[in-house]
Amino acid sequence: MATERVAKATGVRLFWATMWARAYPRMVGTFRERSWLFFETLLPVLAVSGYVFIYRAIQAPPAYTGFAVLGGAMTAFWLNVLWSMASQLYWDKDQGNLEIYVLAPGPLMAVLLGMAVGGMVMTGTRAAAILVICSWLFDVSYQVAQPLWLVAAFVLTMAALYGMGMLFASVFLVSGREAWHLSNLLQEPIYLVSGFYFPVKALGFWVATFASIIPLTLGLDAMRQLIFAGDSGLGFLPVPVELAVQLVLAVVFITAAYFALAKLEQIGREQGRLIERRR
Amino acid sequence: MSETPAIFTQNLGRVYKLRGPKKKGDPKTIVALTDINLTVARGELFGLLGPNGAGKTTLIKILTTLLLPTTGTARVLGWDVVHQAQEIRRRISMVSGGETSGYGLLTVEENLWMFARFYGLDSTIARQRIGEMLEVVGLADRRRSKISDLSTGLRQKMNFIRGFITDPDVVFLDEPTLGLDVTAARQVREFVREWMQAHPDRTVLLTTHYMAEADELCDRLAIIDKGRLLALDTPTHLKQRLRREAVFTLRVAPLGRRPLRREDMLEAVPGVRQVTVAEQDGATEIKLILDSEDALAGVLDHIHRRGSGLIALEKREPTLEDVFIDLVGRGLDVDTSVRAEEGD
Repeated sequence: MATERVAKATGVRLFWATMWARAYPRMVGTFRERSWLFFETLLPVLAVSGYVFIYRAIQAPPAYTGFAVLGGAMTAFWLNVLWSMASQLYWDKDQGNLEIYVLAPGPLMAVLLGMAVGGMVMTGTRAAAILVICSWLFDVSYQVAQPLWLVAAFVLTMAALYGMGMLFASVFLVSGREAWHLSNLLQEPIYLVSGFYFPVKALGFWVATFASIIPLTLGLDAMRQLIFAGDSGLGFLPVPVELAVQLVLAVVFITAAYFALAKLEQIGREQGRLIERRR
Repeated sequence: MSETPAIFTQNLGRVYKLRGPKKKGDPKTIVALTDINLTVARGELFGLLGPNGAGKTTLIKILTTLLLPTTGTARVLGWDVVHQAQEIRRRISMVSGGETSGYGLLTVEENLWMFARFYGLDSTIARQRIGEMLEVVGLADRRRSKISDLSTGLRQKMNFIRGFITDPDVVFLDEPTLGLDVTAARQVREFVREWMQAHPDRTVLLTTHYMAEADELCDRLAIIDKGRLLALDTPTHLKQRLRREAVFTLRVAPLGRRPLRREDMLEAVPGVRQVTVAEQDGATEIKLILDSEDALAGVLDHIHRRGSGLIALEKREPTLEDVFIDLVGRGLDVDTSVRAEEGD
């Protein structure tokens, strides 16, 4: 005797449902976990303050204050990608969620995309808070000459950055504690080589070019050129070139994440790494 | 298609390669499953009974597509677990006892909604089903509680119903009552039984090391130990295997230390097939399976020779535990690890 069945979405509708379902905890978390106001806003504000006071002490051009503030706000996205994207599946494995993700028919790629979308929304609030507080504290003024270009720079930077996060997450799918160590290793050096608190051009052509593999390097540089229009001479490359590179990075990272995810899920099933928490 | 069994395995095996630094001579592989042949029909409530480390969870992980077999084949609803994993995933669910899945920031209802959406359930239908099932398991009043505020038992109940909200054809329950108190465990068993009655075309594969649970719930049982299938039948038929033998429980004054020589042990008494001995409340409890009642005199004589004395004697109907002891040579409460072998 066949019993009544519940209708279930497949294909694109399933992908969409899975993505928003996974984004949901992060979006909701923005408002439920208020401790972030202290840890994820005050601490970056202190870091930015350090640079601002140094720039003022050495009488650097006023635009440098804005550079540090913008960089400080963008650190929130880097931290989010490292700890809530790249390492997330490691935590999820430990928690027992990874098995459910793999077992569910919703594509793992949709789970990753949901993590990215939710992470962007959640981190956007942190970044905005840092930006507002620091701008008010240090009296930063902005001159946005081409707002559409600025929006494009931000969107492409986010796409490339979270695409990289998805790739890291795929690679870390079969990893254990090394995911944690690698995230730790990447955190501070990237602050330096990506020029979070100063124009990356100052590091020289080759270092800046090498650092451009991290999407925030060129993204931040483009946004600085567009926001502080009077000091565009400090930019590393012309804005259209930087945006084109970001677009390429976004496509490459997301595509690579897709293939890596499929391959590493297979390896995980072969080696038992998706379930090793319970063995 | 309806003739296709819910679960089918043929010569299924799984070997784990051990990672990490090893000393010379340490095993390089662990054999978790060997030659498992199993057919579970649709509509069956099938149990896998075995001690910890027997290979039950490995078998479930293979059938749920989380782990690839090393040898043999496995099919769920006719789909191959290696090459057609996505087809299987649409139609199954799994819940493990003691699991801590979900996000602490979300409420019970939100967590279940999130997981239901991963299966493509419509948002409104998902909420409706969640409400109904929370009522059934007595969690309705906690639907808006964050799961970080739930006790372990309540969280386990939440995870348990996650497995049923998505309307699966086959549900894999891996030790579903592990760590639950008596009342909660009974509720879980009642839920499974009622769900099967309401959905006679669905299948449940349940692993447990609780004999009573297996006996009470399962249509058929497979007894598994050290990765091997030792017996497969209905609980009644399994127990009937021991009908011709005599099964006794003896309570005696403390027996003291186990003799060093085999010929001095209780197992050496003629007619004794299996023995388990446990110290309990200042006495020794001996469970015996004898070839016939005639062997009892020798057993009592042996006990007296060891300076002990009979307190109580009970002849019992065979239980699943006796069946297990007869097959495996020890009780289910003894943990075993999977068999380790040298490999390349």
